Formats: sequence, structure tokens, C-alpha cells
Amino acid sequence: MKLTHDLIERNLPLMIVLIVAVVAVGGLVEIVPLSFSRPVTEPVAGLKPYSPLALVGRDIYIREGCYNCHSQMVRPFRAEVERYGHYSVAGEFVYDHPFQWGSKRTGPDLARAGGRYSDDWHRIPLRDPRALVPESNMPAYPWLEFASADHGDIEAKMRALRAIGVPYTDADIAGARAQLKDKTEMDALIAYLQGLGTVLKSKAN
Amino acid sequence: MSEFTSGFWDVYIALATIVSIVACGVFLKHQSVHRVPMVGGEPQTSGHVWDEDLREYHNPLPRWWAWLFYLTLAFSLVYVALYPALGSYPGLLGWTQAKQLEEENARAQALYGPIYEKFAAQEVAALAKDPQALAIGQKLFLNHCAQCHASDGAGSRGFPNLTDRDWLWGGTPEAIRTSIAEGRTGVMPPFGPALGDDGVKDVAHYVLSLSGAAHDSIRAARGKEKYAQLCVACHGPEGKGNIQLGAPDLTDRVWLHGAGEAAIAETIAKGRTNQMPAHKELLAPAKIHLLTAYVLSLSAQAR
Repeated sequence: MKLTHDLIERNLPLMIVLIVAVVAVGGLVEIVPLSFSRPVTEPVAGLKPYSPLALVGRDIYIREGCYNCHSQMVRPFRAEVERYGHYSVAGEFVYDHPFQWGSKRTGPDLARAGGRYSDDWHRIPLRDPRALVPESNMPAYPWLEFASADHGDIEAKMRALRAIGVPYTDADIAGARAQLKDKTEMDALIAYLQGLGTVLKSKAN
Repeated sequence: MSEFTSGFWDVYIALATIVSIVACGVFLKHQSVHRVPMVGGEPQTSGHVWDEDLREYHNPLPRWWAWLFYLTLAFSLVYVALYPALGSYPGLLGWTQAKQLEEENARAQALYGPIYEKFAAQEVAALAKDPQALAIGQKLFLNHCAQCHASDGAGSRGFPNLTDRDWLWGGTPEAIRTSIAEGRTGVMPPFGPALGDDGVKDVAHYVLSLSGAAHDSIRAARGKEKYAQLCVACHGPEGKGNIQLGAPDLTDRVWLHGAGEAAIAETIAKGRTNQMPAHKELLAPAKIHLLTAYVLSLSAQAR
């Protein structure tokens, strides 16, 4: 049987198989090898898994859709490095499941936000962004202050992350709940933000 | 040196890339040489008939279109040779993202370095009157400082106003430079537990009296004794503050955390932590120098 145009066009299952084979080439070449790449799979020196509080904060970051306006990826261009600090590298995100690189910068990039501002500062734009920056078009998130950070599922979350390679110890997981006691969702989100991008430091320029 | 756990992946990527490009070319060639078969003087059709009389010819690809495709293949071969596309092969240009950034930085350094050097060699006081230095200072301020101190430097509640003549940590060029480079942490401990609600109010009224604000003199008298025990160490016997500790002057009309009894009582009861983050890892000394001059100029405009 000759593989002719006629045959392929009249035989849908065969056409589907051939299309999938052609489309798969890109992924097989560009994506599959990354799972075996050291810079992509190994953490940069000093990177630690998120603390339970920061982990809750990360989930709040995702829940509130912060990634819709804030990217977390400093690209290796002078304008970005000048403004934000060292460009992002893959090894900084190995404990992020999923990573929050984002692709939209309505607000500033947050990849190096950790330690830039005080904890008290962070509370203000989350409560009322216009209080500090009148031009800001960020929405307010006042409810974060009144919700408990303890959603009751932190241990399960940490076990799930451990199953996919985040090195939490049994002691980390056992003590997780206690660290969320009396903390609000805002505390958690700030703990997350204050840890962002603090592992890699660039030389001031 | 391969970035992969095994050299296999370098070969895999290189082979798959080359084979796909070549395969596209072969396939295209195969499709292009096809000629329209003739049957009894008429071109043969595919046999499909739509809408009563629409038939489909077996024509080859249009030649202009095929040539465009060949061009893209030639482009990709050149690209693959020049850039690091084939596993660990670095490409003829030796291009990397990091190297491109370094070159970009070097160009900027050659362009802007002399300007910064020129300003770095001058006194802060002179720069605070130099329009070009202040223009650069303002750009730096808007990017690095305005988030807390506001775009005009006037601050807001909890974030110091830089456009007045009041300084928590000192207003000399050296003190301002240290504040920017090293950061500052001003801590006032909470006195609510030690003083009780009534005690807090008493001290608040004494603090109000220090700046000549309206106050309850009986409460202020009681508060004065407690002030002498608890507050004097940082704020001084006359309430003039201490720039070594960042303790504010209580005798002026500048209230970082709000004026009036309620705000002052809250500060006394709950304490305050004011943190200015260090910027020496973000900004080179020459930039901090210019920022110092800019901040100084903001204050110099104050009446």
C-alpha cells in the first residue's frame, strides 16, 4: 500500500497519527531534554523550599490572580537588570510548582521584590494601593487581613510537594500547622513576597 | 561542557534538529516534482466531486510558495550554524544571552560611566544645586524611592517626608548616604503592657504638651513621671529625640504616624518598627551619591 495523499485524506486515524507525530517533534526537541538539564532541574546554591507561611502566601498569590498583572521573571536585558536586579535563572524556580513567571506586566515584575520594602509597607498597597501611589491601578485586597492563614490543608500540600521533589522533612511538615497560628492571609502573602528572588544577588551597577 | 546529565541529549537535539530540517526539504522536493497526470487529454482529478460538478486537481505546489519554503530552510541552516541550537555546539558566533547582556552593560558603562564619575568626584552640596545631577537623581528616586517616599518625596503616614527639614537619622550628606546604603531600622517597643490604658493616655498627653498641642494638663503631669522612666532613654529629657537611634523629636509638629491623641496613644501602646531597606546591593556608590544630593535638594527647598 502506497502512502499517498489520497490514502491519508481518506483515512482519518492515519492522518491523526501523522499529525501528532509531526507536531510532537517540537516538544521532543525543545521540552523533553529540559528534564535532564542541570541548570533547569538543580536548585541554585542557597535556595530553600518555601516555609509553610510563605507556601500559603504563594497559594493566595495564585488564588487572587496576582500573576495576571505581575510577572516574576527578570529578563537578561540591561533595562531590566538595572531596574530589578540580577536576571532570573531557571534554578531559582525548581521548588515552584507551578512557577509564577507570568507574561503580563501591568504592575512591576516581582521576581526580586523580596526585602525591597518593609513588611509594613506591603500592608498598605494590599489594603489600599492608592494610599501610597495615587496613580496605581492595582485592586485592593482588604479581606486578606481578616482571613486566617490556616486553611487546614498545609500538611497535605507539603506532602504533595514532597512527592514531586521538594525536600520537606517530616519535621518540617509536623511543625507546619503551628507556624500558621494567629497569622492572617496578609501575613502569609507578605512572607511569600519578602522571600522572592533573595537567593541571587547581583553586583550593584 | 554539556548542561545535560548525559551527553546523549546533545546528540539527540542536534540530530533531531538537522533531520527535521532535511526531512522538510526532501518532502517539499517530493511534492514539487509531481506533475499533473493526463488522462485522455484531460488532467486527472482526485475523484472527489462536490456540489455536483466541483472537482479537485492533482497539481503540484505553486512554485513561488515552494521557493519561500526553501528559503526558510536555508535560513534555519544558517541560524543553526551561527547560534547555539545543536545541543552543546556553541555556534560560530559564540553568542549567549549572558554575553549579550555583558556587552550591553559595557556599552552603557562606556556611555554613562564618565558622567557618573564626574559627579562622584564632586561634593554632595555642589551636586544638590547642579540641574543635570538632580535630573539623574530624580530618575533614580522615582525608580527606587518613590514607592515609599512618594514621587514628590513628601512621604506619607509611616514613611518620612523628605521635603521638610526634620530628620530622624540626621540630615548631613554622610547621614543621608548611610540611610540609603545601609538602611535604617527604628524600633519603638510597645509600652501598652507596662503602662496600662490609662498610663498610655497620660504619656500621650505629656507628649502632646511637648509640642505645645492642646492637652489635658493633669494627665500630662502624671505622664511626665512615666516619660522620665520609660521614654527618656531614646527621646531625651526634653523630647528632642536622638538621631543615633532614629528616635523622633517630639517637640516639633512633624508626626510620622499621625498627630493627635489617638495616633500617639497607639504608637505608645503598640510600638512601631520603621524599616528603611538597605540599597547598597541595588545601587552603585555613584548612584547613591547622586540620590543623596537629590534628597538633600528636596529638603533645601523647604521653608
